[in-house]
Amino acid sequence: MAALASVLIVVLIFVFLFSNGLQAFRDIDVVSFLTGTIWQPVSEQPKYGLVPMLTGSLLVTGLSILFSVPISILCATYLSQVASPTFREIVKPIIEMLAAIPSVVYGFVALIIIADVIQGILHNPIRLNALNASIVLSLMVAPTIISISEDAISSVPYEYKEAALALGASKWEMISKVVLPSSLSGIFVAVMLGVGRAIGETMAVLMAAGNAAVVSLNPLDSVETMTAVIAIEMGEVTFNSTHFYALFAVGGVLFLFTLAINLVAQVIVRRYKELGR
Amino acid sequence: MTEAKIQTRGLNLWFGRKQVLENIDLDILANSVTAIMGPSGCGKSTFIRVLNRMNDITLGCRITGSVLIDNEDIYSPSTDVVKLRTRVGMVFQKPNPFPKSVYDNVAFGPRIQRRTSKKELDVIVEESLKGAALWDEVKDRLNDSALDLSGGQQQRLCIARALAVKPEVILMDEPCSALDPSATAKIEQLMAELKKKYTVVIVTHNMQQAARVSDYTAFLYVGKLVEYDLTDDIFENPKNRLTENYITGRFG
Amino acid sequence: MTSKSTTQTIAFLVLRLCTAAILIAVFLLVGFLVWNGAPVMSLQFLIESPREGMTAGGVFPAIVGTFYLTLLTLLFALPLGVGAAIYLSEYADPRRRRTLYIIRTATVVLAGIPSIVYGLLGLGLFVLFLRLGFSLLSSALTLSFLTLPVIVSASEEALRTVPMSYREGALALGATKWQVVRDAVLPFATPGILTACVLGVARAAGETAPILLTGAAYFLPQLPHSVFQQFMALPFHIFILSTQSVDPRLTRPLQFGTVLVLLLLVLSLNTVAIVVRSRYRRKYRRVSG
Repeated sequence: MAALASVLIVVLIFVFLFSNGLQAFRDIDVVSFLTGTIWQPVSEQPKYGLVPMLTGSLLVTGLSILFSVPISILCATYLSQVASPTFREIVKPIIEMLAAIPSVVYGFVALIIIADVIQGILHNPIRLNALNASIVLSLMVAPTIISISEDAISSVPYEYKEAALALGASKWEMISKVVLPSSLSGIFVAVMLGVGRAIGETMAVLMAAGNAAVVSLNPLDSVETMTAVIAIEMGEVTFNSTHFYALFAVGGVLFLFTLAINLVAQVIVRRYKELGR
Repeated sequence: MTEAKIQTRGLNLWFGRKQVLENIDLDILANSVTAIMGPSGCGKSTFIRVLNRMNDITLGCRITGSVLIDNEDIYSPSTDVVKLRTRVGMVFQKPNPFPKSVYDNVAFGPRIQRRTSKKELDVIVEESLKGAALWDEVKDRLNDSALDLSGGQQQRLCIARALAVKPEVILMDEPCSALDPSATAKIEQLMAELKKKYTVVIVTHNMQQAARVSDYTAFLYVGKLVEYDLTDDIFENPKNRLTENYITGRFG
Repeated sequence: MTSKSTTQTIAFLVLRLCTAAILIAVFLLVGFLVWNGAPVMSLQFLIESPREGMTAGGVFPAIVGTFYLTLLTLLFALPLGVGAAIYLSEYADPRRRRTLYIIRTATVVLAGIPSIVYGLLGLGLFVLFLRLGFSLLSSALTLSFLTLPVIVSASEEALRTVPMSYREGALALGATKWQVVRDAVLPFATPGILTACVLGVARAAGETAPILLTGAAYFLPQLPHSVFQQFMALPFHIFILSTQSVDPRLTRPLQFGTVLVLLLLVLSLNTVAIVVRSRYRRKYRRVSG
């Protein structure tokens, strides 16, 4: 009964997002929404193209994953296979703390200081840009990737490790040639969940990325993500206007993205559990 | 007179405060099958793990005495442990092939030793699988996952994998205890072949197996070496009362 | 072979560097915020209201707002979440695999939904459809949806660690299913469930996007005295202060102060949760022997 609440909520989200979102398409053509490259809802001829925000989300997410994944996986490997148990016990909670910091605080830090640091090094003209957001986003995503990867790496059976050592492998060879390859699917899930978190992040990117609805893959440009556009513009729309519905439609797309990512990750986890002996 | 391949002198081993092996002096002869037997907990697995320094990975392990292979102490500070393990191979109680293909399992050892061309690897893999009497059964399935093989086949795969690094000594820790009788028989036959080229040391809790396959048998009891002799002599004429009691089944 | 050990040394060095990088990032981040926020912190800061266009005074109303909000959220989320966890752990028939699978997948999906999407739901459902308007109630209900998966999964974990023998012992004495749960299982799982609550509260306290769309306000002359009113809240306050105040440089001190308050709140809640959890786990390990 109470458990069905979960299902109920998912259903509710679906319903509301889509009932409101779909209304947008009374006035906007679906194709031009999905492929339009201009987002100018407040103008004489309002245009509702999703592409600028889509590329914004993808750019910021992509960069943050690029920064975060290698460091996180290597850190997880260290914690799982090389570090002493005491070290692990102290460090894991510290990393969990990183995950607990509210996103608005990350946004604040990006806004106040990271943007300056970037400008100091790269002398870029636009202060708030995709790179700024990506850096702070990679910090936000790292704990997720680290902890799930570490679990996967640590669950490689002891027998494999023993066999490798007995064949004359050094500890690093054992790690790189047996342990890590065996934990690849778990690591992949960790990365997927990191991606999901990154795409869904709102406040940090809103405060850090500049929010210009342009189509650009240049990290030093201001970009706007799907999450940010909803947060910013919803405060200024009239309810039940086309703009209002369009924002719901953006929310719908966002929801579908994260849904897909999470479901795929679930499927992989399940299949991995069946195969792993 | 065959040379002693492995010699232990005054070997004592502790895990933390607990002494597991006490004053073991043992000579293992080259190109023979030596069985280490005794009741559970007597230290036999610990003993053979001394020979390839696998006990090193257990925390709190301390050793005194010397262990010589070809007259060199393998516990000297200058020993390259990684290299030692290529000379002294090990097959474990429960077959533990990697979650990789049959080919990649056997090729694992050679690949990490040095750069080998695909052709060289192919040859090594085939030789090793033949040496483990597994080639005919898997030659068409080299790229299948090793985990798809039966238990007995997996264990022979592990033997092939160990052979691929061209060891001098092969240690086997109760290699058949997880296998059914026909698989066990195949591996016992294999041991007779293997001793021609390698020195084999096998731990077993199965006395009949020890009597069947080994040339020499050592009887360990609570960490001490009680008796060591030609297998035939030990089973027909045990010199120690303890050995006699164990063999006749007075304790297990 | 020396080249093997050289490779290993280099590889391990890289691993250590990566770990160090992460740890350094944490310390720099927290250090920066503490360094800049500490001078602003004082008792006055916590109990005064903002003055002079947010360039002076304190953040008391935001603290109160966050407090009301999380309390209300917990009021909704706790019974629902713990109830769901109890159902999944104690009552659910393992033979009804399909139903269980659906419920669990739904919980996982819920956990991955972006906070702004929850905000949209809150806007559409509570603010507009149910006519609750921009209010504490709308925000609390929205946040309770958001924290539900956190509470459910942490509670379920707590319930799962209760050994079967407790349940069996109680049943053997003739207890009904509910009595078993109430008297044998729950007391044991209580610390774990408390941890779940604390984590849920910490999460709710830090969220901005959902309350942005459902009821948070930047400056209100009075504290809310009904759940149907708008409210101030710490995370929202930080957001507006740093991005939309008239002169962000002048309000900077208040920004840092508010950030530090929120940070301390969230981190101390998490620390409490972790400490309770590890002490609980240690005690439990001794019990199960």
